[in-house]
Amino acid sequence: MLKVLKSGFYTSVQDLGRFGYRNKGVPVSGVMDHISVKKANSLLENKDTDAVLEITMTGPTLIFEKSTFIVLAGASMSVTLNNEPVRNYKIYEVHEGDILSYGKLNKGFRAYLAIKGGFMTDPVLSSRSFYVPINQVNRLKDGDNIPYDGNNDFTPKISEIKTDSFLEETILEVYKAPEFDLLDDRQLESLFSKDFSISKQNNRMAYQLKENIVGLEYSMLTSATLPGTVQLTPSGRLIVLMKDGQTTGGYPRILQLSDKAISILAQKREGNNVSFKLI
Amino acid sequence: MNHAPIKIKPYGEHAILIEWPDKVDEAILDSIIQFDDYLKNHCLSNGVWETVTAYNSLLLVNQLERIDFITYKKKIGEWYTNLEIGNKKEQILWKLPVSYDLDFGIDLEEVAQKAGKTVPEIIELHTSHVYTVYGIGFLPGFMYLGGLPKELEVSRKAEPRLQVKKGAVGIAGKQTGIYPQDSPGGWNIVGSCPIPIFDVNKEHPCFVSVGDKIQFQQITMAEYNLHKIETEVGIYKPEKIVLNA
Repeated sequence: MLKVLKSGFYTSVQDLGRFGYRNKGVPVSGVMDHISVKKANSLLENKDTDAVLEITMTGPTLIFEKSTFIVLAGASMSVTLNNEPVRNYKIYEVHEGDILSYGKLNKGFRAYLAIKGGFMTDPVLSSRSFYVPINQVNRLKDGDNIPYDGNNDFTPKISEIKTDSFLEETILEVYKAPEFDLLDDRQLESLFSKDFSISKQNNRMAYQLKENIVGLEYSMLTSATLPGTVQLTPSGRLIVLMKDGQTTGGYPRILQLSDKAISILAQKREGNNVSFKLI
Repeated sequence: MNHAPIKIKPYGEHAILIEWPDKVDEAILDSIIQFDDYLKNHCLSNGVWETVTAYNSLLLVNQLERIDFITYKKKIGEWYTNLEIGNKKEQILWKLPVSYDLDFGIDLEEVAQKAGKTVPEIIELHTSHVYTVYGIGFLPGFMYLGGLPKELEVSRKAEPRLQVKKGAVGIAGKQTGIYPQDSPGGWNIVGSCPIPIFDVNKEHPCFVSVGDKIQFQQITMAEYNLHKIETEVGIYKPEKIVLNA
């Protein structure tokens, strides 16, 4: 077990997501920044679908109860293992009683802790990703225990990767979404020439942007949405749906973020700037 | 029978949206459901693709890889031409128990007043119509139901409630439905359905599918309590009628 001494601001178990239930209204969920997680899991020679901890803004303090190997990824935070600083994208061997402690957030917003073999919480509807009401809880609390398999004999092929960080990238590459053609020149001009900042309303469901553009008065029948869909409301608000976002919606869908853009946005917090670039 | 025209639109790196004419129409919903079935059974591999149907659209999502829109646009056009519309699949009617007791139907009297009817007349209207499930979304197991009688069309509440109870049956505008979990909501609450539409403990967590029919059935408080207990011990069975068997 990994014992959670302090849970941090918002720490949850996530894998790549819960597929196959969108037609029953169940969001996909899963890690917000899949790029960082993919690197961490591949260093550990895990499966892409192995579950990790997603750590938002302020991190937890954790104690290991069995030996294994771990990799940190995503946001840059000051993290120590038994009071020694550790860094992202490097394999560390941990033993019973070792304490991993997250401190200051330096860059980005969501950090990840990957473990050899993945975290082994019970899957619900074929995924370990936390989402209420599929799970009873949407985040870990102090005192929780997260199961994992111990491991003593892993010889990694690669022990560390130097990685190009995208944490400071601000350009979100987007595609035209189904209602893109409703936009007029003025709306297009504002969408693609201005910077937008992340509003206070940002979470795993959606990121709202602070600056409005001219709204879209268009009454449409409810239709499917995706993580990364940008909706434009009648009042001109831009809402970017994220991994826990609802599966259908009634606002015009004007843009769709690329997979990479979803990871870039997932590392942004209130006040950070982004811009859209059509590809 | 002729195929209704469709538009095939790109939707990011993994998805394609197919749109039918922009109206709430049973015939259109039938075409969509038949095409969805056809695609799942003959064209798209299970476990790789998933689909979302709603009103006049069908979303195809590839869970694993990026897709080439041009290739799929052509294929989808061909598949749609090959589809023989008309062989309606089994149509299911679910009879869902609802208690319209005033303890649950907290807005019943207000609705009756707005509609110029008595409470029993409102209940009679709400239970005598058969509704069509045009979509499931917003929350797990939330059904978008069409077919509300005109007399029951009342505006949503001016101030949404911060918490509407799981199982609450509401009406607003042209819509009626059941809140599948506690959530904020602005619909007028007329009753409560004791059995969950979405139950994560079941192998198939949501017994309703898009295209099914729903009819509400008034039950007494004693029956309500019984269904609640059956639900808790996991033995409830919603009443299912196959319409075109």
